[in-house]
Amino acid sequence: MRLKKSVVLLLSSVLSIGMLAACSSKSKGDESANGSNVIKIATQTPLSGGSAIVGESMRLGAQMKLEEQAEKFKELGYTLKLESYDDQSDPKKGVSNANIIGADNSIYAVVGHFNSGVTIPSSEVYEKYKVAMVSPGATAVTVTDRGLKTVNRIVGRDDAQGPAGAKYAIETLGAKKIFIIQDKTAYGSGIADAFKVAAEEAGAEIVGYEGITVGEKDFNGVINQVLTKNPDLIYFGGIYSEAGIIIKQARDKGIDVPIMGGDGMDASGLVDIAGDAVKNTYITSVAGDSTATEAGKKFVEDYKAKFNKNAEAFSVYGYDAMGVILHAIENAINENDGKIPSKEKVAEAVRSVKDYEGVLTNVTFNEIGDNTNSKIYLYKFNEASYPGILEGEVGK
Amino acid sequence: MKETLAKFLQYKWSQVILFTVFVAVSSAALFFSQKSVTAFLLLLSSLLILHYIKLKNVTKWIIALGLLFILIPFASSGGPAFQSYMDVATMVGIYVSMALGLNIVVGMAGLLDLGFVAFFAVGAYSYSIFATPQAANFMPFGTYPLGGESFWIFLIIGGVVAAIAGVLIGIPVLRVKGDYLAIVTLGFGEIIRILFNNADKPVNITGGAMGIASVTPPEIFGIPLIFPNQFYFVTLVILLFTIFTVLRLERSKLGRSWKAVRENEIAAQAMGIPLVKTKLLAFALGASFSGMMGVVFAAKQAFIDPTSFTLLESFTILVMVVLGGMGSVPGVILGAAVITILNLQVLTELATWVNQLSFGGVISIPEALSPAKMQKFIFGALLVAFALYRPKGLIPAKNKIFDEKKLKESSTHKDFKTTDQKKIQS
Amino acid sequence: MLLEMLQSLPQVLIDGLALGAVYAVVALGYTMVYGILQLINFAHGEIFMTGAFIGTTFFILLMGMGWVSSVPQIFVLILVLIVTACLTGLLGMGIERVAYRPLRNAPRLIPLITAIGISFILQDVIRFIAELSSGNYIVTGPSLFTDQMTISFSSLSSIFNDASFKTSFLIVLVTAFILMISLDYFINRTKWGTAMRAVALDRETASLMSINVNKTISITFFIGSALGGATGVLFAVQYGTIDPFIGFILGMKAFIAAVLGGIGNIRGAMLGGILLGLLEMFASANLTLLTGGIFGAEYKDVFAFSILILVLIFKPEGLLGKPTAEKV
Repeated sequence: MRLKKSVVLLLSSVLSIGMLAACSSKSKGDESANGSNVIKIATQTPLSGGSAIVGESMRLGAQMKLEEQAEKFKELGYTLKLESYDDQSDPKKGVSNANIIGADNSIYAVVGHFNSGVTIPSSEVYEKYKVAMVSPGATAVTVTDRGLKTVNRIVGRDDAQGPAGAKYAIETLGAKKIFIIQDKTAYGSGIADAFKVAAEEAGAEIVGYEGITVGEKDFNGVINQVLTKNPDLIYFGGIYSEAGIIIKQARDKGIDVPIMGGDGMDASGLVDIAGDAVKNTYITSVAGDSTATEAGKKFVEDYKAKFNKNAEAFSVYGYDAMGVILHAIENAINENDGKIPSKEKVAEAVRSVKDYEGVLTNVTFNEIGDNTNSKIYLYKFNEASYPGILEGEVGK
Repeated sequence: MKETLAKFLQYKWSQVILFTVFVAVSSAALFFSQKSVTAFLLLLSSLLILHYIKLKNVTKWIIALGLLFILIPFASSGGPAFQSYMDVATMVGIYVSMALGLNIVVGMAGLLDLGFVAFFAVGAYSYSIFATPQAANFMPFGTYPLGGESFWIFLIIGGVVAAIAGVLIGIPVLRVKGDYLAIVTLGFGEIIRILFNNADKPVNITGGAMGIASVTPPEIFGIPLIFPNQFYFVTLVILLFTIFTVLRLERSKLGRSWKAVRENEIAAQAMGIPLVKTKLLAFALGASFSGMMGVVFAAKQAFIDPTSFTLLESFTILVMVVLGGMGSVPGVILGAAVITILNLQVLTELATWVNQLSFGGVISIPEALSPAKMQKFIFGALLVAFALYRPKGLIPAKNKIFDEKKLKESSTHKDFKTTDQKKIQS
Repeated sequence: MLLEMLQSLPQVLIDGLALGAVYAVVALGYTMVYGILQLINFAHGEIFMTGAFIGTTFFILLMGMGWVSSVPQIFVLILVLIVTACLTGLLGMGIERVAYRPLRNAPRLIPLITAIGISFILQDVIRFIAELSSGNYIVTGPSLFTDQMTISFSSLSSIFNDASFKTSFLIVLVTAFILMISLDYFINRTKWGTAMRAVALDRETASLMSINVNKTISITFFIGSALGGATGVLFAVQYGTIDPFIGFILGMKAFIAAVLGGIGNIRGAMLGGILLGLLEMFASANLTLLTGGIFGAEYKDVFAFSILILVLIFKPEGLLGKPTAEKV
């Protein structure tokens, strides 16, 4: 009897909701059908999880550029809209979001992702729907090496960053015995492997190559190995949350050799965690110092004024990635008699961007979507403040 | 007024009419709208309503098949969001199948397994390794990657390999009971993930943390399957096979042995049920469904890496089983569907909506409270609420109740089984 | 190879002890609850994490006040430890009241599931609060007790290297041992301890002997959670940086430690914790050497889990547990 009642209730309530939804969704449909002059750009970055700070800063950077350009596109007769998605650093979530993005006819391009592990499967989906993607932070080699037409990035590759670090470590810092630690993630092992190969070629001896577990706080076991091996330099492939702790624990154990790492360590969190121990730490980064140029200084100030947060290293890449996309779309519209062309044409326009002058980057995409003008920057931390001091830059 | 309505709704035909209207309205809404998640969810929920309608089982199945194979793909093809609906539906299929597998182990046999995602990983890796040049690193013969046709064979291989893994894990694990079993399976799940994460040296088997990219898409009659709507049908067929098998198993001798073991191991043993064999079969069969879906998952994603197979994933599958109702097949299907949709679609849509609102300056919600980030909180609250107020799940498992007299009259030689059945119930 | 291992041994032992002490005290919480309710309190790891956050918050607040710098740090620590222990103890009691007591007669799987649920909720609530107040959920507390000390093992024998540690290590170790010893005393020598053991042995008979079962269980949760929270503070002092997800991994390890020593057995949990800490540190420092570079430090969890599985297979009741006949 109770079952029947619940059936009755369920049926009737659901039906009424159904009617309502049907009406409302239809009206929603009409609205967007009329609004064909809306250009949506999606961002897909991790807004939660371990890389949330970086993902958030990319999104805000992209949002800032979009809002700045909104006026210009109004004049062309288009409304710009931002849709931000959270990939949670989870490949499944990324693919699922990518399908939503691809299905939306008014989304012409994507700014994202940060994690290479999410970029790779998601970009397979973008390729199917011909949605152009410009990544502000995915550095793994596989991202562009698959030769997909829609995949682009404005940052350097892991196999540029590792060697640049190795070159500096051996030539400038004079390291002969190097201990490598990596965090066993796609990013960490990618960059650590690239460093290892380059360092071996340059004649350094790799005295240890160990993995750690992400999320733990006690890395003394591995650091004890470093202690026995007594290297001239420690290289860490991984992100700032583990790097900070490793630096701190290594310094506590009296290891005062330079510690070097990649762009995953390029976040203010590194200094927060490691504190004073961060001295004598070097990072290679695909992200340049935003404050180096006039435009960069202005960007940092505007960002602070707009969001009441300090710009992170990747904020400006979100900003420039969005800039490249909007630049390409503008070109595409102008070539197509003031009308927005198909997604495929937009993707082609993005790929053919030449010498786009961003705040920090100068973007020219090659045939697989790598930025030929990407640079690797090298920073040193002399005191517990972020960002570090720019030591040099290496062109590709 | 209310009573007459209630009375009216109790009639079979009035239910059928209302149901038809409901399906028609929701599918029309879905078909004609640009993008309406609500309409899509309503159409899916028609399957749930179907479950409660007073119709013969065969009729229900026919209607359900019609809905799944024809109406849902057709209705959602109207708008531009077609592929994203199909992607979600495919993921639902994958998770339902896994949850049904876990349901055998946890719900029917009462063995709490906290490392279940390991079998999914085994299935996914077994296809990915051979459908990419990866296999050439350690296989002395053959040319890799294998073609897309091999997918169909790998569906079976994936299932078998996962079943073997289930047995291998099962043998040592069966010496321990209850909560110890939970922690040991958890340990095994982690061990398998760490092995996959590190098996790139000395011999590169799994690609390590970099994962395996560009997995060959499956091929049928020379047509490669790449879009979610194609995978939808593949998943659906496997899922139906799974549901069919599980339903058959539940009412078989083996299924009853599982339930007997769950209720009281020692009594079951005394009744002549071979404990080891019964438990191992539960592990193997549960694992094999998961392994098969692993193959599908790998093919659909075209990229896998160890981050897809974490402990949280095992817990998620367990949540599905508990939410739906341990031991109840329709319940588990519902639980898996609800959690997957909640996770992939509802939370995402909510987050986008909230984002739009805060961009528009309508409301300002702190970023920390974004619905997409609240996934764990929602899971946790669901788990606690259900365990407290509905410990048997959304659709509780029920044993068929036999009329003793009728059975006695109809046959005397089945007498033994009847008493056995009754004991399990009590 | 052996020589290299011996060289680093003193340092490995010290680091392993610090980690093991943390495991041991957290494991106590698991084992007490298990002993009395036969329930894996999965939320215990999160209580530990909550304790770490509460403690860090207090440290940051207190350090913000000027007068604290004139007070010796050790008093600040004791104050924070006591306050945090009380708060987390109450939290543990609350969790028991809301999530476990209504389910005391339900099938065994059900409370396990509420436990997982509570642990998810705690993680997210803490993350939310931390993120809202500081913009980032990875929180770094003020550094305390950072003086370096060195024990000159090399003077004992030239095989060994010197070992160095921070004062915080001593504090963690000493506090952990004080906690463990007082708990042991409490369980074995006091009236409430006897009541607890009685309830653990047979709940119904205990209630016939005029023991208030509900109250005893509440107290068990209070003490277990207070210990967990206090360990959280120790953890924050020792490692400095915490995030809302530390409880999950550490709780898991602590549970393994409890099972290793024989779950339900207080001394077993202490032994198991110390042993696991030492083993893990040893594995991550020496696995590469032992296997000639095939397996590295990344396999240390596999090592720990394998030992757990082996112990369970050959001695299912744990190292110090007593085998019990199954009641029919």
